[in-house]
Amino acid sequence: MAKAERAKPLIMNFAIERGNFQLAGEASSKIKGRLLQLGFPGNLIRRVAIATYEAEMNLVIHSYGGTIEARIEPGKVTITVNDVGPGIPDLDKAMKAGFSTAPEEIREMGFGAGMGLPNMRNCSSEFRIDSVVGKGTTIKMVIS
Amino acid sequence: MGNKYFHSVTLDSDLCRGCTNCIKRCPTEAIRVREGKAKIIDERCIDCGECLRICPYHAKLALSDPLDRIKQYKYPVALPAPSLYGQFGSKVSVDQIIAGLLEIGFCQVEEVAYGAELVSRAFAAFLKENPFPRPAISSACPAVLRLVQVKFPELLNHIVPLNSPMETTARLARARMVDAGYPPEEVGIFFITPCAAKVTAVKNPLGTGKSAVDGVIGIADVFGPLSKAINKLEETGNLRQSTGKGVGWAVTGGESRLLGDIRYLAVDGLMNVNQVFEEVMMGKLKEIEFIEGLACVGGCVGGPLTVVNPFVAKARILRCAQEVPPVLRELPPRPNWQDLLWKEKIHPVGALRLDDDMSVAIQKMETMERISESLPGLDCGSCGAPTCVALAEDIVRRQADEVDCVFKLREKVTQLAEMMVELSSKLPPSIGKKEKE
Ligand SMILES: Nc1ncnc2c1ncn2[C@@H]1O[C@H](COP(=O)(O)OP(=O)(O)O)[C@@H](O)[C@H]1O
Ligand code: SF4
Ligand SMILES: [Mg+2]
Repeated sequence: MAKAERAKPLIMNFAIERGNFQLAGEASSKIKGRLLQLGFPGNLIRRVAIATYEAEMNLVIHSYGGTIEARIEPGKVTITVNDVGPGIPDLDKAMKAGFSTAPEEIREMGFGAGMGLPNMRNCSSEFRIDSVVGKGTTIKMVIS
Repeated sequence: MGNKYFHSVTLDSDLCRGCTNCIKRCPTEAIRVREGKAKIIDERCIDCGECLRICPYHAKLALSDPLDRIKQYKYPVALPAPSLYGQFGSKVSVDQIIAGLLEIGFCQVEEVAYGAELVSRAFAAFLKENPFPRPAISSACPAVLRLVQVKFPELLNHIVPLNSPMETTARLARARMVDAGYPPEEVGIFFITPCAAKVTAVKNPLGTGKSAVDGVIGIADVFGPLSKAINKLEETGNLRQSTGKGVGWAVTGGESRLLGDIRYLAVDGLMNVNQVFEEVMMGKLKEIEFIEGLACVGGCVGGPLTVVNPFVAKARILRCAQEVPPVLRELPPRPNWQDLLWKEKIHPVGALRLDDDMSVAIQKMETMERISESLPGLDCGSCGAPTCVALAEDIVRRQADEVDCVFKLREKVTQLAEMMVELSSKLPPSIGKKEKE
């Protein structure tokens, strides 16, 4: 195959259901598999895997459901997370390490350490979160 | 050192019927059926031996050494893997197994169980004294090491870089023989192995540098002669010198339990190990400090070259581990991990990569996805690939063709037939009239 001039990005889409713990991790695992086949370096694959998994978990635990899109270009992965609510009232607080509103039964399952959003930011080269209460939350992470 | 892709699993083409059992069970999708015979893709094979176990025609062979090879050395030394102790009935003691090995031609026996205990102490000390990424991953199972190389490059630096019990025991054995005055070239160190992966670990070692093992013989190949020799034994005396700790390495968890106060996870079966590594990748297992991953269900007692059902063998190992021999071989006063430290770094193997150029790889994946959507998704295996997705991948790698899929072929034939019917009703204008509306 000829060398691509400006390769079209590869897009992967996932719908994440609220409360579906069984499927959480699937998007992360599938994206990871693709990146390995594409020859991405291990360190980047791992950051994408962690960031995507945390995003999946937040959709499962905290949101009414949403989507994850992975946009894969040479050397660069963009993960966009959208949900349909309930939104985050105080973003600064939510971004703090250790802050969590996860209820007791979720904590008993081993989740809700309040490290998801901080980890997502740490794994990203660019990180942006927007949220409107009553509407939903959008997160965009560029990992390169 | 052997060639880069040396493998200890190979195919007997005469026995292979080209069925699809092995392609479906291979954890790295390293097998295809071509021209009616299974073909192993070298870069992807991790020598786990799953295909040895599954092949109904016994067409997969382990390239281990025959017992006769020990005759090439004047002083052959046997290194029985702890799992060998689980292969005999309750009336057979470890003393007898060792005596039997001496009967069938070995001049000396060095228990790998002893080496295993040394390695355990070294692992524990290493993890205590060194800052090391967590979870640390055991380096004991060579198939798991290769799985990490092929599928989890980012976990390579989690692997504890210390020699395995086999390698450690082999180096000790050789040193002891040479110290005792035997000429080095006449001493042959033979590991009695439960698996093919250990053959690869000797011929194409990762991390340790050149192996001190000269030959690797499958448990299945010594079992017959050894049983016969054991039956004829009279008094044996106390030969076993290993504690239950090292013997316990033969079963899953045996290794981890010796590490002291450490939060470990022991997992066996390559697919299960794969799943645990996936979870590590996602940052899920933060509380785990050590992972013992073994390719075979049950641990090494489940190795593809063993003869006894792994669960039966496990029960025997656990009993054996409780016995305390009257004379124990002394352990050095302090664990010394420095002596076991690897000489070489292990590098990832990009066997799954679609192309060296990432933009080309992305294009290929795009094409692959399109093809895979057009395939029926039945994963029937008739095309020789384990799944429809794998066929799509082979097509973009130019190693297969779309009509290798029987359904695609039928579609094409139908189209062709319809075209022929249509053409057959046409007549040259000089003979027939043009059809009217
Ligand atoms: N998609 C979301 N929708 C609504 N609230 C969210 C969402 N994601 C995160 N949050 C809020 O932010 C808090 C912190 O999230 P995170 O750092 O992932 O920790 P954790 O999930 O362990 O609670 C959550 O407890 C929750 O209140
Ligand atoms: S688990 Fe033991 S027997 Fe099985 S492949 Fe690994 S080292 Fe060999
Ligand atoms: Mg979270």
